[in-house]
Amino acid sequence: MSLNTDMPVRVADVTQVTDLVKRFRFERLDGHPMPFFSGGAHVVVSMNDNGLLRRNPYSLMSNPDDNSAYEISVLRVPNSRGGSIFMHKQVKPGDQLIVSQPVNLFAPDHRGRKHILFAGGIGITPFIAMMEQFSRDNIAFELHYAIRSRAHGAYWQQLLDRYGPRRIKIYVDEEKTTIPVAEIADNQPLGTHLYVCGPAGMIDGVLMTALKAGWPKENLHSERFLAPPAGLPFQVFLEKSNIHMTVGEHQSILEAAEAHGCDAPYLCRGGACGQCETAVSSCDGTLEHNDIYLSDEEKASGKKIMICVSRFKGQQLVLQL
Amino acid sequence: MTITFRNETFRDDFTFRNSLYNIRRFPFPFDRDEYMYSVNMEPHVRGKKDSVFENLIDVDEHYVAEMQDRAIVLKEDPLRCQALPHMMTAQWDTLELLMEHQARDYPEHFTLTKNGDRWRWINRPLGIDDTFTFGDPSTLPYPPMEYITRQAQGDFCIVDQRDNNLWMDAGMVTTQADWSLDFDIGMNFMEWHGPVPLAHQIGVFDRALKFLLNLQQGKPTRRLNWTMTVNPRLDTSPENYHKWGPDRTTVTPENVGDKMHLRVELQSLWRLPRSNAILFVIRCYLISLNELVTVPKWGRRLPRVLKSLPPEIVDYKGLTRNRPIMIDWLAKYDDGAPTSAGIHPD
Amino acid sequence: MLVQGIKSRPEYKGLSIDPHAKRHLFVLEGEGAAALANQVELKGRDFLAQSEILYLAAGAAPKAYDITLTALSPDIFWQAPTLQPLLFRLRACLEQARMGTRLYIAGTEGFIGQVMQLALEFGIDFNSIHTEHRGSTARRVQCVHCKGITDNVTTSPFACTHCGLPLLVRDHYSRRLGAFQGVNIDAEEPGTAPPPEEMFP
Repeated sequence: MSLNTDMPVRVADVTQVTDLVKRFRFERLDGHPMPFFSGGAHVVVSMNDNGLLRRNPYSLMSNPDDNSAYEISVLRVPNSRGGSIFMHKQVKPGDQLIVSQPVNLFAPDHRGRKHILFAGGIGITPFIAMMEQFSRDNIAFELHYAIRSRAHGAYWQQLLDRYGPRRIKIYVDEEKTTIPVAEIADNQPLGTHLYVCGPAGMIDGVLMTALKAGWPKENLHSERFLAPPAGLPFQVFLEKSNIHMTVGEHQSILEAAEAHGCDAPYLCRGGACGQCETAVSSCDGTLEHNDIYLSDEEKASGKKIMICVSRFKGQQLVLQL
Repeated sequence: MTITFRNETFRDDFTFRNSLYNIRRFPFPFDRDEYMYSVNMEPHVRGKKDSVFENLIDVDEHYVAEMQDRAIVLKEDPLRCQALPHMMTAQWDTLELLMEHQARDYPEHFTLTKNGDRWRWINRPLGIDDTFTFGDPSTLPYPPMEYITRQAQGDFCIVDQRDNNLWMDAGMVTTQADWSLDFDIGMNFMEWHGPVPLAHQIGVFDRALKFLLNLQQGKPTRRLNWTMTVNPRLDTSPENYHKWGPDRTTVTPENVGDKMHLRVELQSLWRLPRSNAILFVIRCYLISLNELVTVPKWGRRLPRVLKSLPPEIVDYKGLTRNRPIMIDWLAKYDDGAPTSAGIHPD
Repeated sequence: MLVQGIKSRPEYKGLSIDPHAKRHLFVLEGEGAAALANQVELKGRDFLAQSEILYLAAGAAPKAYDITLTALSPDIFWQAPTLQPLLFRLRACLEQARMGTRLYIAGTEGFIGQVMQLALEFGIDFNSIHTEHRGSTARRVQCVHCKGITDNVTTSPFACTHCGLPLLVRDHYSRRLGAFQGVNIDAEEPGTAPPPEEMFP
């Protein structure tokens, strides 16, 4: 039995933050308070795009102690599969959407004596809520935030005003300033934890630099949301549900299953959490694993697939779903 | 419904008894005639009226006496309640969860009034009326977890989540089935389950851990666990084993029905909102064999289960000495008739 | 050899010099000195210039490992007469240590446990600490009843040195206490404890 805890919400406010970033504020339709959450958590927003169900994960960026509403920020991605375009073009104050319960796959290590946050672009959002909690609990932190230009960067001025220049450092591509990761990593006291959220290249770079500076991997944390990559359409048979379906070019297996009325479990929709792990019954072709959850051995075995991001090339794929 | 709280003891003269109403609502843990470890988890949702599943945080007729027993244990050994320093947010989460549930489901006994961060908590059975500031430990007489778990039945562990594992980093444990919070605090999921036999090999803990790491807010889960205890003693801690251990030699065919108690843990697990930790509630229910056999289905099933146990489980649950006496005594309640599926009385 | 398969016991995987670490802090006891000497044979001497060694000879004093360790000419070599000053000195090192410092511990299990306990206090994640078991398999045991800790336990059962109860040494280990759990073996029928058996030589 699965309990539906999703929350119908009303869009209370939409704010244009920069030319490419909009902030959305959601209040519950039933008038109840929102559940509290922890910094780093995300929600999955379900959108009805002309009969097409879209579900995208977004980090919560409002104050975790404020249960009157949730806020997310959405970057308009030019080659988006539609979710961010829909949010930017269609969603207006007063509209209704469905929001999931918060899920945290990027929680700070509460034992940390100091927390260093590295953000790139829209990767700032989980840190905004995290910093609220650090500041409330008098926990040491500093943010290093890289933006393309002062005009394109979201929230940098507000963060500077709120936490001051000793804790907030801004780096601007256009001004040729970059985060001196190696220098920052060098002289941190024991018990420091490092977090990075941003473009994949930035995440890899920061983690690699920290490891080279002698940091143990236990103190390094990152959040990568992988948007489901596009690819050629393919056929899947869901044997438990007895559904034959085609997964479209810009669709994930999970989305196709949902479109056919099959209620598969999920949490992150980004290949990270493991919730949508599905057993493969037979596979006449090649699995394209795009997740960061399964181990290399599990991927090679061909027995499991994370249906939120992974794809298939070949004749027929049969899943135990 | 107003509960009439019993005046009774869980030590010395052992005056603990279940009322007829309470016997019928006992969470009998065996849904079939044999037992083996499994990942027997199900959504923790409201169940039948007049069962322990009626409310998600159950308060029953033993509430006041159990809280008195806890206070005695803590006076003897304050290490039964501990929290590592990074668990303060999770302590407040716990306080909020328990207060909200108790106040919502038992309004005759508990009242919670919130005015922003200023909260007033009234606990009528224990005669408590405190006003405090949520988030400020200096406004309560105890740290938040200790404060509220001195007022809630069951043991409580708060488990931190990091590095794809769960860590037992805080707890109030005074009614445990032979494990020590003081020893286990700081351990991860596999470590604190280390002494449990068989289950590791069949992968129970790997699956349970995977499941719990993705436990969602608003979707608590539960399972039943069980053991047996001589006398209705709540504090069967390893710390005091040398004090209660000799009880095991006092069981005879004449007194087994009175002395042996089935001890069931209703374990519920809750994702906590502000800390992302998991609250693990281990609510203990006791019933003597005399009380238990008043439900014919349970009288038939229990001897069958006891006979089917693998030796490792018999040993781990401390049943080696008294199992034969129980099986002999229970035999007269098993007429060989088939039993219905599920745990509830027919 | 230590008994395998105890879920709660840390795995002592052996020292292995982390090539990225900026500084190496070795805390060694007795035969544990040989664990470092082995690393030098395998990995060369380059890391020694960034290394600090805190050494406690304990029962291995006749083997004069301190001479071997001094001959490696690390950046710092310091020898402690007993455990207490060693832990005191270690505390001072950890106060100043940076994230690029890697901690390596080698010696008996009780020694590893107590050093690790201190390291955890400074927020070092235990998974990042390199450990190697050397020397006796004697256990450090906490009496679950009186909470007293007895070092160098070689038999089970043994009499708690604090409260005197005969204790069975369980295969259950607490990293936080750096000790195994001892539980009264004849609680149900006092006086029936079996004779001690040499189990952890």
